[in-house]
Amino acid sequence: MNKHLPLWEVFLRSRRGLEHKHVGSLHAADPEQAMQYARDVYTRRMEGCSIWVVLANDIHASQEAEGEAFFDPAEDKVYRHASFYDVPDDLKL
Amino acid sequence: MEISSLEESRREAIFQARVDAEEKIEPKDWMPEAYRKNLIRQISQHGHSEVVGQLPEGNWITRAPTLRRKAVLLAKVQDEAGHGLYLYSATETLGIAREELMEQLLTGKAKYASIFNYPTLSWADVGAIGWLVDGAAIVNQISLCRTSYGPYARAMVRICKEESFHMRQGYEIMTVLARGSQEQKAMAQDALNRWWWPTLMMFGPHDADSAHSGSSMKWKIKRQSNDELRQKFVDQSVAQAQHLNLKIPDEKLKWNDERGHYDFGEIDWDEFTAVLGGAGPCNHERLEARRIAHEQGDWVRDAMFAHAEKQRQRDVRKTA
Ligand SMILES: [Fe+2]
Ligand SMILES: [Fe+2]
Repeated sequence: MNKHLPLWEVFLRSRRGLEHKHVGSLHAADPEQAMQYARDVYTRRMEGCSIWVVLANDIHASQEAEGEAFFDPAEDKVYRHASFYDVPDDLKL
Repeated sequence: MEISSLEESRREAIFQARVDAEEKIEPKDWMPEAYRKNLIRQISQHGHSEVVGQLPEGNWITRAPTLRRKAVLLAKVQDEAGHGLYLYSATETLGIAREELMEQLLTGKAKYASIFNYPTLSWADVGAIGWLVDGAAIVNQISLCRTSYGPYARAMVRICKEESFHMRQGYEIMTVLARGSQEQKAMAQDALNRWWWPTLMMFGPHDADSAHSGSSMKWKIKRQSNDELRQKFVDQSVAQAQHLNLKIPDEKLKWNDERGHYDFGEIDWDEFTAVLGGAGPCNHERLEARRIAHEQGDWVRDAMFAHAEKQRQRDVRKTA
C-alpha cells in the first residue's frame, strides 16, 4: 500500500496561563495517533501541559504574495498606537 | 531581456536583500530553485544522519552495563529519532514528500553522515560517540541555529536544547572508564583512537574543496565554513581529552600561539571519500537495517489506515 499519511500541525501550551504555540508537525492516520505521536515527540521533557493537533489541510493561511496589499492598510494608521499622542510627561497617562 | 526573466531577477534581488538583512525565509516565500534544492539536500541529509545515527548506539541498548546506562541510552536514541522527525518535517515544507525522502535514503541516492558507517565494537564506543560525535554535531548545529531558512533554524534550536545531554552522558561514560581499571582505560583510549579522525571528517571537505560552500554561504544556509567549525571542535576537545588523561591520536596536534588555535594533522581524505562512497565498514549493514525496519513497518502503517477508515465510517453512521 502506498497511501500517504496526512500531515498534522502540533500546538503546545507550555504552562497554564499561556497560549498554545505551534511547535512542529508530524504524520499520522487519525487524531488519536497524532496526539500520541505529538506527546512522544514534542513533550519528552515536560515542554507542555496541553496539546492541540490540527490537520494541516484544515489550516487556511494568508498568501505571502498578497502580503503587502493585505497587511498594508494598518501601516498608515499610526493613531492606533499610544505613542501617537502628545501628553504631558508628568501626568502618568 | 524578457519580462519573465526581469521579474525573476527582481524576485531574486528581494530574496537576497531579505537574507542579507538576517530575515528568515519562510516556506511560502519565493526562493531561487537552487536554494530550495540545496536546502532539500542538506536538511534531508541531516535528517537521515539522525535516523541512521540511531543504529550504532542502538546496538548497545540491550548490553548497557547498568539499568541507569540503559535508560539513558534509550532516551538518547529516542531523541535522535525525534531529531530525524524535526528535520524531515522541515524538509517537507520545501515541497518534497516524506515517502520520497525515505526512498532517496533507501536507494542510496541521499547521503547521511559517513561517521555512522563505523562499527561500535565496545561499550566505550558509546561513550566516545556521545562525547565526540554529538560534540561535533553540537558545534555544527549551534552555527546552523542562525541559518536563513526558518523551519530549519527552528528545528536546530529545538535540537540544540536536547543535544547537550547527549554529549554529557558520553563524557561521563568516558570519565568512568578512564578512571577505572587498566582494561577500562585501554578501552576508552581505543575508542578515542578509532573515533577521533572519523569525527573530524564529519565537518566535510576543506573549504577550498567544498562543492556547495560558495552559494551556501551567500544564501546564509551555512554560517561558518567547514574548516572554521572543525577548528572550533579541535580546540574544545583538547582540554576535554586531557581531563580524561587520554591521548588524542594525532602527533601533529600542537598549540599555535600565533593563530590562537591548535594545529592538527591532515585527515585521510581517501578514507573519507571511500566511506562516503559506500565502502565503509558498515555502509551495507546500516542501509539494510533501515530497509528491513521500513518493510517490517508496512503492516503497521496498513493497520493504521484501516483503523482510521473504520473509525471514520463509524462516525458517519453515528451522525446519519
Ligand atoms: Fe541528534
Ligand atoms: Fe545527539
